[in-house]
Amino acid sequence: MEVPITMIKITNLKKRFGDLCAVSDLSFQVNPGEVLGFLGPNGAGKSTTMKMLTGFLSPSSGDISIFGINVASKPLEAQRLIGYLPEGAPSYGDMTVLSFLKFIAAVRGYRGSDVDARVESVINKIQLEKVLYQRIETLSKGFKRRVGLAQAIIHDPKVLILDEPTDGLDPNQKHQVRELIKNLSKDKIVIISTHILEEVHAVCTRALIISSGTIVADGSPDQLSAMSKYHQAVSLKLSQPCDAVSALKALADVDSVAVGEEPNSYVVFPVPGKSILKAVNQLLHDRDWQVEELHVEKGRLDDVFRQVTLSSAHGQSQYKLDQSVKAEESEGVV
Amino acid sequence: MNGLIVVLKRELAAYFLTPLAYVFIVIFLILSGIFTFYLGRFYERGQADLVSFFNFIPWLYLILVPAVAMRLWSEERRSGTIELLMTLPLTLFEVIVGKFLAAWLFVGLALLLTFPTWITVNYLGQPDNGVILASYAGSWLMAGGFLAVGSCLSAATKSQVVAFIMTLVICFTFVASGFPMVQDAFSHWAPVWVLDGLSVLSFLSHFDAISRGVIELRDIVYFLVMIGAWLMATGIILNMKKAD
Repeated sequence: MEVPITMIKITNLKKRFGDLCAVSDLSFQVNPGEVLGFLGPNGAGKSTTMKMLTGFLSPSSGDISIFGINVASKPLEAQRLIGYLPEGAPSYGDMTVLSFLKFIAAVRGYRGSDVDARVESVINKIQLEKVLYQRIETLSKGFKRRVGLAQAIIHDPKVLILDEPTDGLDPNQKHQVRELIKNLSKDKIVIISTHILEEVHAVCTRALIISSGTIVADGSPDQLSAMSKYHQAVSLKLSQPCDAVSALKALADVDSVAVGEEPNSYVVFPVPGKSILKAVNQLLHDRDWQVEELHVEKGRLDDVFRQVTLSSAHGQSQYKLDQSVKAEESEGVV
Repeated sequence: MNGLIVVLKRELAAYFLTPLAYVFIVIFLILSGIFTFYLGRFYERGQADLVSFFNFIPWLYLILVPAVAMRLWSEERRSGTIELLMTLPLTLFEVIVGKFLAAWLFVGLALLLTFPTWITVNYLGQPDNGVILASYAGSWLMAGGFLAVGSCLSAATKSQVVAFIMTLVICFTFVASGFPMVQDAFSHWAPVWVLDGLSVLSFLSHFDAISRGVIELRDIVYFLVMIGAWLMATGIILNMKKAD
């Protein structure tokens, strides 16, 4: 039987820089096996929170405990459990990849042949063989990022914290780094900050959106997508122009109809909680309209992201997952 | 303590990864040679000692040691590696002292490489090698003082140039505070304890005391306290400013 253990527990975390409140009253827990995507617009407090998690910054108030170890009072013990890739993957550019990794292994307390064994194992995992004797400053961005990842996992940490691990990489490099993270995450807890939303579906089991230092949404990527007004909406594209808008609007359970960017394309929004695919299908059949495209939307994460981060900036209340989100009128709605 | 040694080793090796170490050593040796043999009139004096060498050491250090110290923390802060270093399981003490000791050993190495001057004077005459040894020890202690000041100011800024200039100015103040010209400026109006305080704080008066061959506890304690105090200030400043 599995006993649920809280690996990371953050309670009422606050951080001020002078008058600026970077993180205000943040509380959440992360459990074993979770890959947590930490989302938010730039300046939302993601990096600040990560810096506090890793003991680099001390919180203005609140507690962080990792495996029951308080980060503020026992930073060294907590830091032994954590592997951290700071934003931009800083490392000592003058050193070669090999000597840098050896240095990190030595700091992590390995001695003698253990150092070589640890270094060799991460070199294999991250595929750094080709650049071992190159100075880090001569490496491409992708390789620098990989070196940063290698130093973070050299001691096989229980907790892996990655601050924007794919930022600034090209699509191939992004893909590689994501694959690495997926492989690494099997027996660890991973926290990834990002503002790239595709990443969340690609690697995360849970997403937490923060804005202006507070949590505005928390759930699995699918749950969050379901908060989108596009959730269960039907997109369709007709081959000829016809008066579809009024006919679609007249259907039962249809809340509104938006005209798409392409000619003769429409998005039909249901009344929250209702399914309208059948009705739309029936209408198309009855009128004998030729359809080029028809599908039910799962929900758009970027839409949810905008929705929750913009509304929090306007001081509205926090969105909850269980409460269905009312589709708002938007510019495209007729 | 293990962490301290790991940091020390990396830092010391890092000096030799860039041209800095070689440039520093070469310039230090050339300038010390010029100062000793030309400005210090080593041969003309006809005395078997290294006074002409050690007289110029404080001034040489005033220019060159801040150049070593300026990168101690500025570089870490500029490149963001400070975040990496501070989130590794190392105490602030280990990191600050490890970096400082690496720099101190490096400057000590450059100092040791002036040994041909010592061989020359021993070849030409019979110098008091005890005095010379004491002077070497005094020089190294003084370099430690300069480096500790530099460590603190380097922690305060991301710009190495600013760190260099600030260190130079503060070190100059500490060197010159025992000077007759500085003392004269104060002697007309300041109470005696201010004058005494100024001369007690002067690098130069303690260095001179040691290089006369008299190693007194108070001079050694002065330099060690100086180093300790500036390194503690480094820690305080790092805690305040590391996130900037």
